[in-house]
Amino acid sequence: MSGIPHDHYEPKTGAEKWLYKRLPIAGLLYDTLMIPTPKNLNWMWIWGIVLTFCLVMQIATGVVLVMHYTPHVDLAFSSVEHIMRNVNGGYMLRYLHANGASLFFVAVYLHIFRGLFYGSYKAPREITWIIGMLIFVLMMGTAFMGYVLPWGQMSFWGATVITGLFGAIPFIGEPIQTLLLGGPAVGNPTLNRFLSLHYLLPFVIVGLVAVHIWAFHTTGNNNPTGVEVRRTSKADAEKDTLPFFPYFVMKDLFALAVIMVVFFAIVGFMPNFLGHPDNYIEANALATPAHIVPEWYFLPFYAILRAFDGDVWVVIAASWITGGIVDAKFFGVLAMFGAIVVMALAPWLDTSSVRSGRFRPMFKWWFFLLLVDFVVLTWVGAMPAEGIYPYIALIASAYWFGYFLIILPLLGVIEKPLAQPATIEDDFNAHYGKGSAGASAPAAE
Amino acid sequence: MFKKLAITAVTALALSGGAAIAAGGEGHVEDFDFSFEGPFGTFDQMQLQRGLQVYTEICSACHGLKFVPLRTLHDEGGPGLPEDQVRAYAAQLEAFDPEIDDYRPLTPNDHFPESALENAPDLSLMAKARAGFHGPYGLGINQLVKGMGGAEYIASILHGYTGEEKVEAGTTLYENKAFPGGWIAMAPPLLGDDVEFADGHSTEIEHVAQDVAAFLTWTAEPKLNSRKQVGFTAVFFLSVLSVLLYLTNKRIWAPVKARAKGQKPE
Repeated sequence: MSGIPHDHYEPKTGAEKWLYKRLPIAGLLYDTLMIPTPKNLNWMWIWGIVLTFCLVMQIATGVVLVMHYTPHVDLAFSSVEHIMRNVNGGYMLRYLHANGASLFFVAVYLHIFRGLFYGSYKAPREITWIIGMLIFVLMMGTAFMGYVLPWGQMSFWGATVITGLFGAIPFIGEPIQTLLLGGPAVGNPTLNRFLSLHYLLPFVIVGLVAVHIWAFHTTGNNNPTGVEVRRTSKADAEKDTLPFFPYFVMKDLFALAVIMVVFFAIVGFMPNFLGHPDNYIEANALATPAHIVPEWYFLPFYAILRAFDGDVWVVIAASWITGGIVDAKFFGVLAMFGAIVVMALAPWLDTSSVRSGRFRPMFKWWFFLLLVDFVVLTWVGAMPAEGIYPYIALIASAYWFGYFLIILPLLGVIEKPLAQPATIEDDFNAHYGKGSAGASAPAAE
Repeated sequence: MFKKLAITAVTALALSGGAAIAAGGEGHVEDFDFSFEGPFGTFDQMQLQRGLQVYTEICSACHGLKFVPLRTLHDEGGPGLPEDQVRAYAAQLEAFDPEIDDYRPLTPNDHFPESALENAPDLSLMAKARAGFHGPYGLGINQLVKGMGGAEYIASILHGYTGEEKVEAGTTLYENKAFPGGWIAMAPPLLGDDVEFADGHSTEIEHVAQDVAAFLTWTAEPKLNSRKQVGFTAVFFLSVLSVLLYLTNKRIWAPVKARAKGQKPE
């Protein structure tokens, strides 16, 4: 691994040398675990470990759940009840898996917003960011297909609504939808291919996570100041960094344990709080639920999807320009995927030379507004599309795009950034030094 | 900044949890006190047995419990009937067996029969398939305090009848304060003193309704007691682990922070 200068693995014993000549795996593990890490990382840098843990937990519980699950429209629902009633510890496995998805998304959203605030997406970490966005999209696909498997009412109708989105794509939409469903409507072939993909995609995610980690191990971690680690010499680098093990391993494990306390309290005491009661009703193609609502973690993007109806002027304009090819439904689909695409393009849309939001006085406020915007989108996504809600959704969606497409490029030009510390060491010492003056620093505690 | 972020994230989570709120006539659901509420609440065995009796004598005329194996009536944390009573209970039930192409009495290994009436929903999961509380403003946050309210919903329906009825498209509908929309197709099942309890418990509609609601909560979540036990054990040991990891982390970082103290830059 190039990047920050540090000690590399040296095989010492005979056995180590023997192995090293044939497969330098110990060296890989050593260099990965001992990577020099900026010592001023704050508590927002723990989510990577939480996410890794979630991925492992979901795979472990999922592998056991699938041993007892039957992917057939007549049996899926009762096989889930079989897991809940007859399989030893089955109720715990299923609740861990279902709530594990929620924890996964809480962590990924915090991880993403941390990156957005501290400019972790900026050069030279664009690849890490793009891979991360791919992982996020795959996570959404995996979670969506997993939610269909219990074959409850929301499973069935959620699948109907979301696969219908692909049907909105002009010309190629309907063949794609048919391919997804394995037929003209959601049915047994849908359930079978969703199980297959729900089992496959997590392992694709594992692969991408490895690349994600590889990428930032090459560039080094970002940190709350956004100032790069000094690479002039090993001695300089050591002033700015500490090895990942044990310093950050311990810190992350402590954070993980605290999060697990909360997680197990939810799983043990209120495992259905984040779910939807309708999914305990077996799927029925003849009875549409009063309100089809996706799981909470899809709500912001679901709100953007629904925000652009046929009365919005951009939709009318797009429809007119394209001669009706882009209708309101397709526009909504484009907006939903576009909301993720603009986020993925942040490295090139952000023109500021300063990385961390801590030293960007105007950016801070727009970013805070983006957080509020995200909460509003989540909330309005759960509301029925009537009355005042579509207007709120439209304004909130417009801000999401405005933030990435207008505000980020403009701020870099008009904003006067604050003075940044010369080195990470300075920032760390200012925070922990005598009579710590650290005015703006919520750094490592 | 990130404190704000954390708060907004938690709010987002709370806002959307148990969302899905019906517009229009939301029924009035009363917040009863059930023994199984809260982190430490467990099922009351006597109440489950009374509820089983109410279900058997009244509900089962139309409704079924097709996901519930009869043998679980013997399980710990449930009604806890002795095995011979479970066998006797099963034997007085009858269901069609396609293998012998005839009706036969049930055994503890069978499930409860399905609904006898086509329009009567199966009750196995009813207590989880309905949420009694959605407030404030449809955000579902009050579920954190009151619980999901499935049992409350059932009990409220059973004693929410006002006595009014109307005929619509050939179906008689009965006015019910708790039912979303206000009119339900189920005739009032409880009239007062419908059952006689061996333990001499009150047979007022309100009490009988709560007993059967508790029983249906058990059918929906038979492992509630052990789940909370697991939750409690996990939370306890993870808290201890958190403290230990906190101390370890503090100790590891102490020399680094001490060094920083000595080198405050100008």
